[in-house]
Amino acid sequence: MTVLELRDLRVTYEGGVPAVRGVDLSVARGEVLGVAGESGCGKSTISNAVLRLLPRGAKVEGQVLLDGEDVYGMSFGRLRAVRWATASIVFQGALHSLNPVRRVGAQIAEPIMLHSNATRRAADRRAGELLEQVGLPARRARDHPHQLSGGQRQRVLIALALACGPRLLIADEPTTALDVMVQAQVLALLSSLVRDMELSMVLISHDLSVLGSVCDRVAVMYAGRLVEQGPAAAVFDDPRHPYGAALAGAFPRVGDERFRYGPRGLPGDPPFPGDLPGGCEFHPRCPVALDRCATTDVELTALGDGRSSACLRAAEPALDLRGAS
Amino acid sequence: MTEDARAAGTAGAAPDGGRPVALAARGLHVRFGAARAVDGVELEVGAGEIVALVGESGCGKTTLARGLLGLVRPAGGTVEHGSRPLVRTKAGLKEFRRHVQLVLQDPTGSLNPRHTVYEAVAEGLRVHRVEGDEWERVAGALSRAGLRPPERFFLRRPHELSGGQRQRVVIAGALVLEPDVLVADEPVSSLDASVRGEILALLLRLRAELGLSVLVVTHDLGLAWNIADRVAVMYLGRIVETGPAADVLLSPRHPYTKALLSVVPEVGRMEPVLLTGEAPDPSRIPAGCRFRPRCPAYAAGVPADVAARCETVSPAVLPAGDGHHTACHLTEPAAP
Repeated sequence: MTVLELRDLRVTYEGGVPAVRGVDLSVARGEVLGVAGESGCGKSTISNAVLRLLPRGAKVEGQVLLDGEDVYGMSFGRLRAVRWATASIVFQGALHSLNPVRRVGAQIAEPIMLHSNATRRAADRRAGELLEQVGLPARRARDHPHQLSGGQRQRVLIALALACGPRLLIADEPTTALDVMVQAQVLALLSSLVRDMELSMVLISHDLSVLGSVCDRVAVMYAGRLVEQGPAAAVFDDPRHPYGAALAGAFPRVGDERFRYGPRGLPGDPPFPGDLPGGCEFHPRCPVALDRCATTDVELTALGDGRSSACLRAAEPALDLRGAS
Repeated sequence: MTEDARAAGTAGAAPDGGRPVALAARGLHVRFGAARAVDGVELEVGAGEIVALVGESGCGKTTLARGLLGLVRPAGGTVEHGSRPLVRTKAGLKEFRRHVQLVLQDPTGSLNPRHTVYEAVAEGLRVHRVEGDEWERVAGALSRAGLRPPERFFLRRPHELSGGQRQRVVIAGALVLEPDVLVADEPVSSLDASVRGEILALLLRLRAELGLSVLVVTHDLGLAWNIADRVAVMYLGRIVETGPAADVLLSPRHPYTKALLSVVPEVGRMEPVLLTGEAPDPSRIPAGCRFRPRCPAYAAGVPADVAARCETVSPAVLPAGDGHHTACHLTEPAAP
């Protein structure tokens, strides 16, 4: 069963900047989908588009279906019911997403009371249970955000996202500001919640190695489009798009001899969404570009085994894209 | 400065006939009130060597780097540059900082938004009243940092540059004084993934071309695997494991290093060992081995005589030199 489906989603911000340019994605019940990409590639725009959290003036085309229902056709009342209860977002930057002058328990209890007829006391009890579910003692409900460490605050945000029992969790860079050990703890927590509560999750990160370790499937975005999609381990180990290869190489496996004294990067920078190169958007930075890449608009094309790539050379068997740059 | 002059500038005597030492901490202690942020550290960066100092946030790695830069006054121990102790007078510190340059993380925060690239890079020359052709030195530093042709960047301001270009400007600002040591604190953590590799490759190239020594402070073990010759792992103010990068990263001995490596996503060689909690409080360092309260090996059970030592004896401070050393009672048996 499909929990979330994006059909040819296009988002254009005020001023005509196209942030998302035709994305098709689906997330099945219990599935964890990773979305990888760099700043400005459109990945956070997608997460905000799902719950209609985009700024006024952003133009949305295509469809966002939550449990088969078009989010952009919903009345505002219906939308309020769906936010938190069907899908919720774990935001990045745990320090800024919590109200610094309210106790964290009250912040978790608030959506519970708004979405059900729960009494204050029942909502508080539920907030305590949620904190324990994310590995914090229930008494920490009485703490203010500044009394918690970065990892604990991220756990509070996860508890908050779970407050109304959603079926879909969208986690936007949930571990970016965290230390390695705390990152591992938070990723382990998210994985176990997904498994135990049969949640679906969209995990957004610039770090393909994080996605590879947690997700079932990974989609790689560049300049507002998907350039590669497939099973997570396959995309990380054997990328079929040179940009996917560059992301996989940016966080190498310790012990992989190809990366010893061999950091890999791409020349140039991600393009500004308002000023995209013609042809394949990636060709100016591509280590294996051909002449025709500058003029050919490349679509995402299925390669079999659940994989797809938007590279003209994706099917060339001898091309080691990961070792190319 | 020519290559020869640079080599002369770094010429520290090698204590044991090995490579000369560019920068060293000798028994360094840094305190903030009751917090022992750096609690007795021996660390050397050899001439032309890249050393990665790794650990969790709060372990003291940035404080140690600041101590090595002469930016905090140590409570004990000394900093040596080219085997000469750092003289803590105004003139001594100024001279020292010409040779040992800091590369900050977050280039956006460390560049003045109103200064042009030229002004940002030339600032060090003006502070140090360096003689000679300023224009030529700035152009040279920018091209060594990979911003070519340099003239194209002179009049740009930080907001007109990409993240990778800003980090290169910060590096050029350090290179313009022709230092022999760079201390880079998380040099790529705020950069886009596809740009990281280029900046790391630049550090390797600067070492190869200029013979620069680099101390990289990072929480990222993949980065250490990418560029470091040696790795020092820091925990709660002490180095707990040090050695050649391949030894430490592929055959870690200290339970803390093992745990850190096991949680690097997709390493795939080990079961992840999740340590509970976060880095503990440097104002309350546990007695005995400082890692014992979180140590998975101790928790799993160790022989009674070893356990007693874990509880009461603090492992000795590790030597600064080249070998693979571990501050752990389990892996380093007691001297007879």
